Amino acid sequence: MSYITLDYADLAIAASLVLISGGASLVLRLDIERRLLIATLRMVVQLVLVGLVLKALFANVSPLWTGLAVVVMLAVAGREILARQSRPLAGFWAYGLGVSTMAVASTLVTVFALTTQVAPDPWYHPQYALPLFGMVLGNTMTGISLGLDTLVTSLTRERAAVEAKLTLGATIHEAMRPNARQALRTGLMPTVNAMAATGVVALPGMMTGQILSGVEPVEAVKYQILVMFLIAGGTGLGAILAVLAATWRLSDPRHRLRLDRLAASRD
Amino acid sequence: MLTINDLARPGLEPVNLEISAGEIVAIMGPSGAGKSLLLRAISDLDPNTGMVMLGGRAREAMPAPTWRKEVGYLPAEPGWWAETVGEHFQNWPSQQDSLATLGMPGDCGDWPISRLSTGERQRLGLVRLLEGVPQVLLLDEPTSGLDADTVESTERLIRDYIGTQRCCLWVTHDDAQAGRMATRCLRIEAGRLAEPTS
Repeated sequence: MSYITLDYADLAIAASLVLISGGASLVLRLDIERRLLIATLRMVVQLVLVGLVLKALFANVSPLWTGLAVVVMLAVAGREILARQSRPLAGFWAYGLGVSTMAVASTLVTVFALTTQVAPDPWYHPQYALPLFGMVLGNTMTGISLGLDTLVTSLTRERAAVEAKLTLGATIHEAMRPNARQALRTGLMPTVNAMAATGVVALPGMMTGQILSGVEPVEAVKYQILVMFLIAGGTGLGAILAVLAATWRLSDPRHRLRLDRLAASRD
Repeated sequence: MLTINDLARPGLEPVNLEISAGEIVAIMGPSGAGKSLLLRAISDLDPNTGMVMLGGRAREAMPAPTWRKEVGYLPAEPGWWAETVGEHFQNWPSQQDSLATLGMPGDCGDWPISRLSTGERQRLGLVRLLEGVPQVLLLDEPTSGLDADTVESTERLIRDYIGTQRCCLWVTHDDAQAGRMATRCLRIEAGRLAEPTS
């Protein structure tokens, strides 16, 4: 097995494909050439920067710098969770609840993998820690944002039903259970679908990358299966923590539904 | 029987009220004056301050679900969580007498909730509430969607249920209904509860 290095001329040739799409947009007046250009530039600049950052991190393996990269990734993913809520919690909780549950779930799962299954030396080596953490984090972020958004949307829409159960003497947990269950199902659905379809509909990107870099297919598959388990674990743990924390925040010890703890509606 | 001391929440000034067993107290007042806020506060569905006691027992001395079972609140538009009518009752077959009294057919247990009219929802919501045998009823315009005949049978059902051992707070817009049903009539204006001047 061999690894084929690309030089910048190769990339320039491939970039002509984007130019063809841009040309088609101009000729057919699709009005998308500007956005295509900006997106292409962003993609190139962002990836080059990430490459440089990773190179620097790999050059001096330090728990401090690796940890800093993890914190930055968490902070950005936390903002993304917030942006995906049609109606977030009010105040600190809007950002804090999503980012803290995501941090606990994705860090636990990644450290577990790094200290037992992958076990590089040292365990926090950024070459292993950051790619694994990134994959777990991205999926956990999706699971948490879907779970939280579904929970809040359904509680807001079905407020009368939840309160009807309360007025008949149900506990707030009984009253919210169908909503919490629905939120967890929705949060876990992308992971379940991805596991069910993987290898049949599409080859996973990480496995494809390892095969391109010369790894034996069976070895690449083993890594992909490990990553799928980690993603399932991170998404499940993250969604459960986030939905439970949100049901706790949206209720109180007198078994009330506290939708007043949501931020004011955006529409 | 039901004692309310300085019960307040945003939109509602402190309320003091004592309701004896056998009483039906009508609450009247313009829309948005705070009638529903008062019932929700007594039921402890929204954050509020003050003291509410049932038969000398403070609300805070019992779990909120127990309190709401004893002090049953029927909103103007009762909520539904399942597909069909029957699923909302602990024991659907034993509701036949109440349903017949209120002019609902006995086989409506299989009806989808989406098919019910406003008046049907109100009557079924009332029957559902009475199934838990609450000692106090907090009713928010329970007959606003009903025709005259059904209003009368609903009033009779509630009066029989209250009897001499239970009591009721009844929000209504209808002076005649207050006259027929209420042992006492109160008004809320701009969040302030008072005995009517007229």
